[in-house]
Amino acid sequence: MPRLSNLDRLESESIYILREAVASAERPVMFYSIGKDSSALLHLAKKAFYPGKPPFPLLHIDTMWEFREMYQFRDTIASESGLELIVHLNPYCVENDINPFDYGSAVHTDLWKTEGLKQALDAGRFDVALAGARRDEERSRAKERVFSVRSATHQWDPKAQRPELWSNYNTMLASGQSLRVFPLSNWTELDVWQYIKREGIEIVPLYYAKPRPIVNRDGTLIMVDDDRFRLEPGEIPEMVSVRFRTLGCYPLTGAVRSFASTLAEIIEELSYASTSEREGRVIDRDTPGSMERKRQNGYF
Amino acid sequence: MLDDRGEKDLLRLITCGSVDDGKSTLIGRLLYDTQLVYSDTLEQLEQDSKRHGTRGGDVDFALLVDGLAAEREQGITIDVAYRFFATKRREFIVADTPGHEQYTRNMATGASTADLALILVDATKGVLTQTKRHSFIVKLLGIKRVVLVINKLDLVGYSQEVFEAIRQAYDTFSTELSLKNVNYIPISALLGDNLTLRSENLSWYKGPTLLEYLETVLVGDDNDELPFRMPIQNVFRPNSNFRGFAGAIFQGKIKPKDSLLILPSMQRATVKEIVTADGNLSEASSGQSVVLTLEEERDISRGDLLVATDNPPQIADRFRATLVWMSDQEMLPGRPYLLKIGTRVVPVSFESPRYEVNINTLEHLAARTLGLNSIGVCHGALGSAVALEPYTKSRELGGFIVIDRVTLETLAAGMIDFGLRRSDNIHHQDFEVTRDARARLFRHKSAVVWFTGLSGAGKSTIANLLERKLYLHGIHTYVLDGDNVRSGLNKDLGFTDADRVENIRRVAEVSKLMVDAGLLVLVSFISPFRAERELARGMLAEGDFIEVFVDLALNVAEARDPKGLYKKARAGQLPHFTGIDSPYETPESPDIHINSESLAPETAAEQIFQVLLDKGIIT
Repeated sequence: MPRLSNLDRLESESIYILREAVASAERPVMFYSIGKDSSALLHLAKKAFYPGKPPFPLLHIDTMWEFREMYQFRDTIASESGLELIVHLNPYCVENDINPFDYGSAVHTDLWKTEGLKQALDAGRFDVALAGARRDEERSRAKERVFSVRSATHQWDPKAQRPELWSNYNTMLASGQSLRVFPLSNWTELDVWQYIKREGIEIVPLYYAKPRPIVNRDGTLIMVDDDRFRLEPGEIPEMVSVRFRTLGCYPLTGAVRSFASTLAEIIEELSYASTSEREGRVIDRDTPGSMERKRQNGYF
Repeated sequence: MLDDRGEKDLLRLITCGSVDDGKSTLIGRLLYDTQLVYSDTLEQLEQDSKRHGTRGGDVDFALLVDGLAAEREQGITIDVAYRFFATKRREFIVADTPGHEQYTRNMATGASTADLALILVDATKGVLTQTKRHSFIVKLLGIKRVVLVINKLDLVGYSQEVFEAIRQAYDTFSTELSLKNVNYIPISALLGDNLTLRSENLSWYKGPTLLEYLETVLVGDDNDELPFRMPIQNVFRPNSNFRGFAGAIFQGKIKPKDSLLILPSMQRATVKEIVTADGNLSEASSGQSVVLTLEEERDISRGDLLVATDNPPQIADRFRATLVWMSDQEMLPGRPYLLKIGTRVVPVSFESPRYEVNINTLEHLAARTLGLNSIGVCHGALGSAVALEPYTKSRELGGFIVIDRVTLETLAAGMIDFGLRRSDNIHHQDFEVTRDARARLFRHKSAVVWFTGLSGAGKSTIANLLERKLYLHGIHTYVLDGDNVRSGLNKDLGFTDADRVENIRRVAEVSKLMVDAGLLVLVSFISPFRAERELARGMLAEGDFIEVFVDLALNVAEARDPKGLYKKARAGQLPHFTGIDSPYETPESPDIHINSESLAPETAAEQIFQVLLDKGIIT
């Protein structure tokens, strides 16, 4: 038996974490953002509970502003997986037509995603929420636990996190507390891509390069995905070959110029990439430390 | 620099060093030199370097790895962070842990998953107390390989003599500590000498660069050769025909038809299939997550351990372990906690530490408790026997965490030194005259009526009235009263939290003996902590423990103040007085709740008498 490869190890560790999370949970749920990390996590969940089905529903915190292809992909995947899909829309945002153009990226994201997530977790009385976040994504994530305790108001206190030793996770909860569990903690972006390739996992086609209608806003390439997009006077979308490294609300997600239309090409491109995957996210750059603050307020 | 096969292996390492040893600079530089710093991150780094940097506007690599805003402001790292980098040959996960002394807990956490430790030494300072402390924790957590990275060689003119002197000093120390496989590498993290590239400045050094070493060092992963061990995580029953046991193989390998032992029940079983989503396997080995089905029908649940039939681990209900205490809440001997080992959770309590280790001098000190960041050796007793192994044999089956029963926080990590089976050394003597026989002679059953409540609530008054009634009814009774026991059996104990726990533990043990002797025992103790009342309940058989909460509001008790104690406590003459400067934890579901403000003591005694009749303890 040869030594396990890095991907084998990561896969096995994630399966172990998924099983630990579910063993102690009363009402587990998996946060499904439709992105590649969610796709990898769902694949791992199917493996972890084989020959049964993963014992939890998928939860999508919708904003009404995500790429059209994401919605199509989500519905196909949900029905194929046979898992219940819960789609939550923050009713306040629906009522007040919260959108990135009038309210800015920070308010838009906070109300739809952070508030929406808290509402959905409360409504479902979920005690354990699985998510595909990785420690290599952002500096403040590097210190996140695999099993991260949140207070009754979903607050994350970086100074009150439980020490995690070996693979001996404390999954017990006092009343009102909940857990966010991150089975992909030890994966890097490249690991995820290599795993998607090795396992033949389906991902949203937006990750592959193809000519798309693009406007350039201060160096960020934004795709005009529907007619709600507010063009500046005289601004005309241009067809540019681009792909996306992360997905979210289309007016807030920057594309990268690319011709990588296969997984092998994406991996090749990433190996020489000179920018991080969060480069394309408008929200992360609003203010220094913005990711950390969002997490303290209850975001993933 | 990266390939696309994903078939590289993984090295997990920990970096430890004192505050100014240049640890963050080292890691930042490794990330930078292996080109894992993206241009947008670099741009932010340049911005940050201007705002917070200590390099006068030059790029400060330390800022790459100092994660949280709070630490960026303070210029220190306050928690364990995990960093990732990769070369053509290997992927690396670095646990970055802070170097100040109050953070033993973080270092132990980072060390628990590391294959290798980089211990940094500042060449201008040499081997410091902190270096020794870090080395001790590295040894304690069982890291097999150590590199002493001698940094800042640029500040000593790249002197070979300085390097050699530090090497010799550490060699003596590490031999004392029986730390094996130590390597020495000179570098300058700031200038990049001998990190990823050889340096002219260090031409006298013939060994590998730090990165070369990390890329090629053999990390002994011989877990496959050890006997099979797999803790059960879940039992899968997706349909009536399938019953599988899910878990990760911690060590060894397994094939269909292999014989197994199920612990702690000691049943035998035979492997039928190794099930995975990618098809059934003909063999699985350490590190793999699988589902096993068995030929036989066996009662197995989460927390059980499947092991090879030869060389099974010990099953023990007592053990000796080294504890690293990680909570502000100090360890109280005798207090019931939970212990998680493998996937099993069991009740545990610890005796007073045999000794605490002074991690600066490695001296053994006497200690009665363990506080935050202290390390001590204790004997522990488990609520039921579990399979365990010495930590030096198995990190996963010898390492455990200690969890608070109420807050459910992780309080400590422990490493088993050895297990003891209670029956191995104390043989319980069975006598022919049993508790049942005594109950027939006395014509009533035995039990404990446990009164808890604030001082002055009326516990002893009610206990006294109740005992008189019981005596007239022909019942054999005895009252254990707080004040009386404290003047005899427990006169060596004071009123600190630790002593209060021991006070109650002894009274619980005495009541247990008295119950066995056939007596109806009335215990009248403030017993302020929920955990110890639960401990007493747990020591007795189901139904033998009747908790009576004598409930009186603090202001009323204080107004009554029959012994004048509250007055003294308020005047500061009685420290640790319950209700004043020491907490009283109200019972959540007492068997009998007496409202002492509205209920006369006679009526209360009558009520309890009635309950004893209802329960059939007396007739």
